[in-house]
This record gives sequence, C-alpha cells and structure tokens, in this order.
Amino acid sequence: MKTVITSTGNTSESAFDKRFGRAAWFCLYDDALRQVEFYENEYVNAAGGAGTKVAEKMVELGVKKVISGDFGPKAKDLLEKFQVQMVVVQEDATVIQLLDKIRN
Amino acid sequence: MARTPRLRKVVAPPGFKGYKPYGHSPVDLDDVELLYEEYEALKLADYDFLDHQSASKLMGVSRATFARIYESARRKIAQALVEIRDIKTVYGNAWMDKTWFLCKRCKARFSMPETIVNHKCALCSSTNIEPITSDNKIG
Repeated sequence: MKTVITSTGNTSESAFDKRFGRAAWFCLYDDALRQVEFYENEYVNAAGGAGTKVAEKMVELGVKKVISGDFGPKAKDLLEKFQVQMVVVQEDATVIQLLDKIRN
Repeated sequence: MARTPRLRKVVAPPGFKGYKPYGHSPVDLDDVELLYEEYEALKLADYDFLDHQSASKLMGVSRATFARIYESARRKIAQALVEIRDIKTVYGNAWMDKTWFLCKRCKARFSMPETIVNHKCALCSSTNIEPITSDNKIG
C-alpha cells in the first residue's frame, strides 16, 4: 500500500510539511516494496487549485493514504471521492518519525 | 461497566433535530432521545423494507444487534407518542462516511473511507479511536 507524507525537504530528517497543496516535497512510502522515495511538488507555485492538482496526482500514483497538516476543501472533496484516507497531524514531527509510526 | 459498543454505520443522519407534538395539554416530562443508529434502523426496516439480515450488513453489526437497535427505536417512539413527549435526535454510537476519527493515543485525526474495514488509527494503528462529532470537535 502506498502512503504519502508531505515534507518540507527531500530527506527523512526533514520536518513534515503541514500544507498539502503547497507542500515542498512528497515522501512516498510503499510498504510492499519497503521503499521510501521523495518527489518534488511541481504545483507548489501554481496560481490556484494546487490542492486539487496534488490530489489528482495522488490518485494517479495509486496512493491510499496521505499524511499532512491540513487539507483544503477542494482537496478534501477529491480525496474523499477517490477513497484516499487523509490523516492530519497537528504536532511537529520529522518524516522519519511519522514513517516509524506507520511501519510500527 | 459494559464494554464500549461497536460503531454502527449510518448512511445519513435524520433530516431533523427533533419532533414536537402539538394540540396537547402541557406535559412535564423529559424528551425521548432517539439515537442516530435507531433512526437508521427504523428507516431500513420500516421505510426501505429491508430484512434484518441485509439491514444489519449495511450497518456493520450482527443481525441480533440490529434487532435490538430496531426494537429500541420502536419502543422509544411508542413511548414518545403515548406519553406525549418530544423526540430529540442524538448522536449515539454511529459513524458516517464523512466522519473523521481521533486517535486517543497519538492525537492524529483521519478520515475513514469505505474501503477501510478495520477501525484502527491510520498513523499508529491503535484501536483507541473515537469518532469526531460536533460535540467533541476542537479546532
């Protein structure tokens, strides 16, 4: 199963990004392949609708769970429609700390 | 104390907050509190005419549990009518597709798409989760 954690940087020690649509990077974790990859967010400077574009990208990649700080209303609607689980974390944490929690 | 009941799936909450009788002499009795899942049970059995087996599957509970919830719904409504009490709809042990959950262990909040079957925290996998209703919503 693929999980995405929004990230401020491209390493596991980076703090996770509390934004979804305008997050700097995405950390993609595939639990079947036990792989962690970082992708730059191409929509970070989009004029508007970054949330919807990113949500569509998640669906394209077959992501089933997204962990971020907050989701805008349009992103939320889209992710709900495509049955992608959304997780909101309010405290600060690094990407590796969140990865450890989902990997148990 | 009895263990916490399993959460019941409700497709949509009732479209009203309560029912009030009219044309009666004043009665000083408490409201009857109808739980969302009791409303749903009544709707599935007496409005959609589903059998107990299909209805219980829809709500994610056993057939016996469905029968109990349905019986409770009918008794409450009968009581409300006979004793001329107001009916008030109250949350109960329900969850809906749009319900978000709060993990009591790691404080993460998350949605629960239909595809997820086991009710665990999406972050730390704890089973200590509760639905976020308008009563306990913070921030």
